[in-house]
Amino acid sequence: MSGGTTKAIPVEYLFNRLLTFFLTVFIAASIIWLIPRLSPIDPAEAMLGRMAAGAGFVENADQILADLRTQFGLDEPLWKQYLAYLKSLAVFDFGVSVANFPTPVAQMLAAALPWTIGLMIVSVVIAFIIGNAAGAFMAWQETPKTWKVVIPAAMIFTSIPPILSGLLLMWLFSAQLGWFPLTGSYGLFVTPGWNWEFIYSVIEHGALPALSIVVVTFGFWALGMRGLMTTVQSEDYVQLAKAKGLRPRYILYRYMIRNAILPQVTAFALKIGLLVTGQILVERIFSYNGMGKLIYDAILNQDFAVIQGASYVVILMTAASVLLVDLLYPFIDPRIRHGGGR
Amino acid sequence: MRNPETILEVDDLRVYYATPQGDVKACDGVSFDLRSGEILGLVGESGSGKSTATGGVLRTIGSPGRIVSGTVTLDGEDILKYDDEKMRQTRWQKLSLIPQGAMNSLNPTMTISDQIADVIETHEGRQPADALRERIMTLFRRVGLPERIYSMYPHELSGGMKQRACIAMSIALDPLVIVADEATSALDVVVQRVVAQTMLKIKRELNVSFIMIGHDMGLMAQVVDRLAVMYSGQLLEIAAVRDMFARPAHPYSEILIESVPTLTERKPMKINEGITHDPRNPPSGCIFRLRCPHAMPVCSESRPDMVEVHPEQLVACHLWKKDENGSYVRQSV
Repeated sequence: MSGGTTKAIPVEYLFNRLLTFFLTVFIAASIIWLIPRLSPIDPAEAMLGRMAAGAGFVENADQILADLRTQFGLDEPLWKQYLAYLKSLAVFDFGVSVANFPTPVAQMLAAALPWTIGLMIVSVVIAFIIGNAAGAFMAWQETPKTWKVVIPAAMIFTSIPPILSGLLLMWLFSAQLGWFPLTGSYGLFVTPGWNWEFIYSVIEHGALPALSIVVVTFGFWALGMRGLMTTVQSEDYVQLAKAKGLRPRYILYRYMIRNAILPQVTAFALKIGLLVTGQILVERIFSYNGMGKLIYDAILNQDFAVIQGASYVVILMTAASVLLVDLLYPFIDPRIRHGGGR
Repeated sequence: MRNPETILEVDDLRVYYATPQGDVKACDGVSFDLRSGEILGLVGESGSGKSTATGGVLRTIGSPGRIVSGTVTLDGEDILKYDDEKMRQTRWQKLSLIPQGAMNSLNPTMTISDQIADVIETHEGRQPADALRERIMTLFRRVGLPERIYSMYPHELSGGMKQRACIAMSIALDPLVIVADEATSALDVVVQRVVAQTMLKIKRELNVSFIMIGHDMGLMAQVVDRLAVMYSGQLLEIAAVRDMFARPAHPYSEILIESVPTLTERKPMKINEGITHDPRNPPSGCIFRLRCPHAMPVCSESRPDMVEVHPEQLVACHLWKKDENGSYVRQSV
């Protein structure tokens, strides 16, 4: 059964899409710059306050305050700050962290990002696959009766908040069974690097956070897929496929799931952008050193530079995944054409 | 009395739909036969059970519907007794379908040729690519489709082309019987004519038998060999199309035929209300008596049997009584 017509992405379409991409990033980045500046909290004062809380007394407080403002560029007029901000975005220089002074934000992001991307991509992809399969089997008429009971029962976990399910998993698999380590991203006594011991440790530590994310999120995909499958099931082309005497499994895969999955793919692209923020609470309870934990700490510490840097990464990822889906969609849905023209 | 040329025989087929208020008898004791190489038309207004009756023949009735009783003898075997796997293998090989809505009957994510290829390869096993391609091209030529649609997707075809692609698909395995379920109703009149001619051509060339469902009496008169009239799940009359138009035996057939407009004469519509009774609670006796202009007391007492009032013309109506010679005559009321 041969494939369809081959398609190439027209240059004009690509150009338009890239323009939209940069415009989206620009507008969103401007908004996240503006929002913290509407807050009444002065970050320099907040920082000094932390120092004062540690030392009990700060000498030359006014001088230090002024110095801090100069260092972070807070004494400049807003438009200058804005231009400097835009420039820093272009070179991925987000300044230094206020809370972990003077670590550059870019360095903190670079350290946290791979952990979150690794954990989230694995768990979100697994949740997407399991969720869609579960949804499809819930709607399929040929599914054995027992499965139709088991699958909805498994979705009970969807309604449990991730912190609770995380704690439950920790209690069961770490505390009771001792199968997985309790917290952390990797073992204390292994050296990070491309060695088997380290990789094993990472997988071992990632398993429970990943499982808790999968357990909590697959129901979202399952419910969406069940609805889409129910609609597709009554489509004329599925009825005709049955009259054609095609095998039920082939109809399920080629006629039903193939069509029902299309809106799910769009939803998935939007999720990818958000996944860099991680499951903040999941990372928190497992003490997993990813973006979620970074953002959590930054919010607690009023660490504007880190919040801005992390938000910028989220914007980039969301815009990039939407761009990717726009470019790939015509290859998965033949009715969609790049740019509409022939 | 079984005709040796009979390819499909439906006997006392009953298909009911379960509702909270009781069963709807959408096909209630329907019997007819289909002869080799003929087109049998099945007419009746919306809700008369045409599609349900053929759904019973094709065994495509899904929940909440069910086949209650009856036999469907295709090529000498009762297919209602087949298990699911045997039925699946029989589908399309012997019994295929031209669907009602060709617009939505093709999978939007597969090319036309792939959708014909999958039915061939499912039933006949893997085919060499060249032979398969040539076979599909032959099907296209047979229904007058251009070769360039080979790797096109359904959305790239017009409605008429889609319908012809469905016809090409229906003859892919050289079936004995094709059910054409309102195959032309969604098309404009010009395309209707082309599609109807395509079906006639296929019938002549392949000697396949058709059951053609429709409500357009004018189109039916030109295409079919015999006509069966349904009303609220029951068959009222079945006859050669010429006989039916020349001397309709059932009052309902009369009304249907009188309502076909002609160019020279504008007739008042005699059918104006549709099926009036609640299908969950049909009238006693004759199903049509509530709307029949000739209803008599006997009509509410018993359901009339299907009797052969003229050669090859069967009707279920109390107006027809046997005279002393044993032949049926219609009583004047």
